[in-house]
Amino acid sequence: MADEALFLLLHSEMVAGLYRAAEQGEGENGRCTAKLEGMGFRVGQGLIERFTKDTARFKDELDIMKFICKDFWTTVFKKQIDNLRTNHQGIYVLQDNKFRLLTQMSAGKQYLEHAPKYLAFTCGLIRGGLSNLGIKSIVTAEVSSMPACKLFSEYSVI
Amino acid sequence: SRELFVLTYGALVAQLCKDYEKDEDVNTWLDRMGYGIGVRLVDDFLARSAVKKCRSYSETADMIAQVAFKMYLGVTPSVSCNSAAGNEYSLILDKNPLVEFVEELPADRASLCYCNLLCGVIRGALEMVHLAAEVTFLQDRLKGDAVTEIGITFLRKAEDRKHKRN
Repeated sequence: MADEALFLLLHSEMVAGLYRAAEQGEGENGRCTAKLEGMGFRVGQGLIERFTKDTARFKDELDIMKFICKDFWTTVFKKQIDNLRTNHQGIYVLQDNKFRLLTQMSAGKQYLEHAPKYLAFTCGLIRGGLSNLGIKSIVTAEVSSMPACKLFSEYSVI
Repeated sequence: SRELFVLTYGALVAQLCKDYEKDEDVNTWLDRMGYGIGVRLVDDFLARSAVKKCRSYSETADMIAQVAFKMYLGVTPSVSCNSAAGNEYSLILDKNPLVEFVEELPADRASLCYCNLLCGVIRGALEMVHLAAEVTFLQDRLKGDAVTEIGITFLRKAEDRKHKRN
């Protein structure tokens, strides 16, 4: 869909632009990830509000995570999360074997070190979505082989 | 969905406003980002639309308004020609999806061109098909004008176009 192309390009320009500005000394490098995550957070909050306007109340945390993995992920990335695991103590691992924001890059090791930059926004997206559903969390990501990625969501006790 | 794009764009502008005090800096940033997007978007556009080569500036302006804008933003601006020489055009946007969630510009950001990304996108895309152009906002609803108007000025001289006929 044409819309997706626009978002993918905007996202990759955002990442490139922020890091380019950081290199030119307009800010510290570590801030880029925080900025991207912050933007994702705002967008996640807004999106989840619109998506859950008419849905029923969620029964529990697991229900919310399943919503994120199925409906939310489908609306945003046109596919579902491939695998969801939990330790039933507040840590959830979402695995996406063909993450849309990474499929544009070659699948070898070449860009592996840059991959986390492309996940910061999405981590924020999830954190923002959960936040507006009443859950405080910390979301991190790990890429071990492109284009698969794992997102770790850890709930903090409110 | 388009909401994701619109919301992300909003978050980006908000972040830029935090990082840069001057409106001109934010505008420049947005234009440069738009340029980067435009040079790649045009490939996507040509692949999806399979349109034939435009033979005049007027056709090009129509193509941008009626096909490209429709495809990516779901709206069709109207096109008008602004100069007798035939190289200045205006796209008039009645509805602008990018500002769907924006009420008004903050008081201290009066010269912010919120949608400046669009100018860069058009400029970048045109450059990839070998058309140099200047693209700016002539009117902006967010600044109190009646409509939002994007002006495209094609910079190639008329004689060059003749050589491109084959």
